[in-house]
Amino acid sequence: MSFQVLDSILEGRRSQPHQLIEVLQDIQEQYGYISEGAMKTVSNELGVPLMEVYRVASFYKAFSLKPRGKNVLTLCTGTACHVRGAKLLLNQVAGQLGVDSGEMTPDGLFTFENVNCVGACAIGPVVTENGKYHHHMNPGKLRRLIESLRKTEEEPSHAKDQKR
Amino acid sequence: MPKIKNVKELQSVRNKLLNDRKKFTATLTVCGGTGCRASRSRAVIDALRKELSGQGLEEKVYLRATGCHGFCEQGPIAVIEPGNIFYCHVSPDDAREIIAKTVLQHKIIKRLLYIDPVTGKSIRTEAQIPFYRAQDRQLLSQNKQVDPRSIEDYIATGGYTALAKTLSGILPDKVIHEVKASGLRGRGGGGFPTGRKWAECREAPGDEKYVICNADEGDPGAYMDRCVLEGNPHLVLEGMMIGAWAVGARQGYIYVRKEYPLALEHARIAVQQAKAFGLLGENILGTSFSFDVEIARGGGAFVCGESTALMASIEGKVGEPRPKDVHTVIDGLWHKPTLLNNVETWANVPAILLNGSARFAAKGSKDSKGTKIIALTGKVKNTGLVEVAMGTSLYTVVFDIGGGAANGKPVKAIQTGGPSGGCLPADKFDIPLDFDVLAEAGSMIGSGGMVVMDEDTCMVDVAKYFLTFLQDESCGKCVPCRLGVDRMLEIITDITEGRGKPEQIGLLEELGQTVSQTALCGLGKTAANPVLSTLRYFREEYETHVNQKQCPAGVCQRLITYAIDPEKCTCCGVCRLACPHQAVRGEKKQIHAIDPVQCQKCGICKSECKFDAIQVN
Repeated sequence: MSFQVLDSILEGRRSQPHQLIEVLQDIQEQYGYISEGAMKTVSNELGVPLMEVYRVASFYKAFSLKPRGKNVLTLCTGTACHVRGAKLLLNQVAGQLGVDSGEMTPDGLFTFENVNCVGACAIGPVVTENGKYHHHMNPGKLRRLIESLRKTEEEPSHAKDQKR
Repeated sequence: MPKIKNVKELQSVRNKLLNDRKKFTATLTVCGGTGCRASRSRAVIDALRKELSGQGLEEKVYLRATGCHGFCEQGPIAVIEPGNIFYCHVSPDDAREIIAKTVLQHKIIKRLLYIDPVTGKSIRTEAQIPFYRAQDRQLLSQNKQVDPRSIEDYIATGGYTALAKTLSGILPDKVIHEVKASGLRGRGGGGFPTGRKWAECREAPGDEKYVICNADEGDPGAYMDRCVLEGNPHLVLEGMMIGAWAVGARQGYIYVRKEYPLALEHARIAVQQAKAFGLLGENILGTSFSFDVEIARGGGAFVCGESTALMASIEGKVGEPRPKDVHTVIDGLWHKPTLLNNVETWANVPAILLNGSARFAAKGSKDSKGTKIIALTGKVKNTGLVEVAMGTSLYTVVFDIGGGAANGKPVKAIQTGGPSGGCLPADKFDIPLDFDVLAEAGSMIGSGGMVVMDEDTCMVDVAKYFLTFLQDESCGKCVPCRLGVDRMLEIITDITEGRGKPEQIGLLEELGQTVSQTALCGLGKTAANPVLSTLRYFREEYETHVNQKQCPAGVCQRLITYAIDPEKCTCCGVCRLACPHQAVRGEKKQIHAIDPVQCQKCGICKSECKFDAIQVN
């Protein structure tokens, strides 16, 4: 983790315990997760006991304490998506990637998560891929989305191999 | 932009903006809300902009990227004025034709018109579309008038006039009197009289007070607050300013869910612009009133929609509620008197002050005034955001606006109010949208989510869904919610998995009532509503699960099996490829079959099969 980025996140917020969540939000955004080291630094700099930093970081769903995959797929499991078959999508992604919600695939390519509502209920079921919304999803579309993401990830390495 | 120093300057800025805009002969409004963005509306906007500049029409045609129009299902949506022409499912490739034909020659492009699913006829203007026609869009219609990233748009359409009027002559007590007289009640779920809350906060001792806008819309199935904050952030800010003036606060917070990135962005831009224009800061419009707003990001915890938990979260702490024997209007954020309202409530305030309370109170039922925005979703033809006067019947919402059942299967129930609300059966659809009437029927308006359900929805599964949600979201502080929800989920899981016993239905009811009576916060107190309301109206579904070990809707996985109908199977192989568990057997040109041992009953094969060959038994 680069110290400079963390330093700029903490800038102007040092010794202000009430900034804890905002600081953690920025760390999550920049690094994709909150490491033990980051928690220790935040604890020292804001003057919040490490236990409290951990309590807050583990309480809110927005924070991940483990590194996340290169591609983050978020499945909306809100009521509207649920009645339109979001469960099928959960089965699809879990079956295809072989990991449970919140976990990263062993190759580090994917993490899938579920969220209780992204507020796009009229066009559900919704899946977001690294923040990009995909609407009216079904298992087939999701399968193709995952396949195409995997393909894009593999392509550059193929190209490299050919050059060699 | 120089700061606006007084009411007169605000008026002259508005006049100048209106004058500058006289050059435009047409306005092209494209929805850029979250829903339409998912359907690539940004590419449409870019294509239109490119086309306009290519033809040198930038000074003649005003292209406005707005917030949500409400009819997300039809996105991307474009409306062309004059003429009120409504185009749906617009693609970037249509840009040239839209400008050449509709904007310049006022000709209609038929293929882009909306087709009424009920009559099959295409409809020309937005006003004629049944989905919009039956609504009363007091707040939502304003979304179409403004680019949420432009304070100029807001000012040009009369924005901040209510603030100017208030600051230049309506004393705080009179403001509170007006809000009380309007009959406005909190739109976030509780339905508490807004004016009374304001009065209590004003009377609370202390010089330092806060106002908060609750935009932590965590209810699954509700997104009206996202739409209003995302589409018209200055309206919300203006409401907050009036509230701050009334109670004597200098600092405000908007607490926005992190899951709403666009709302967050637009709220931030709005605050910056208001500061630049001098509408936030010291001595606003040359008066003694000073006020500032900060944005706080939510952390994805449902419980933070509860006022005390939300305030703890702004303070940088774990979002746990606390007992409210002393109300937050007296002891709130940093232990100071705090006035908290949700987005939709704040958005209603400017019009009340501008047009008077009587005009607001003229709409609605006896004790529920004004209009309410509803997120109409689920198994209904027209889904989207709907705004109707309070007192409108559920029937009107589901059938006149929603167009009725989506798949031709009869509507069975409607779920209102999210995890704190309940399910009402179709024979109760004559009841009006009213805080008290819905509560009596065992549900609630809540924040306004309405999910329509048909025969394919299992009501026991719906109750289980909400319990799973609540178990996941319970903050764990009080025993009734933490353990009560857990036990209820345990029982309902037994029922849906074929282990249910007849006496468990009564136990579930008893447990639900205990949780309602003893939980600490509002969310815990209402946590049993989905179970209690489904038990009240759909008890026979529970009994079928328990006594016959069957799920009539074919949803509960343990009670069903999948099989392929050999008469319908075309051996296409789609289900075999789709099955993530390799449970479909069969070579090419051979009738397929499902291996009951491998099958995880996920239902993917059924959703993929185009020939309806997968049967659920």
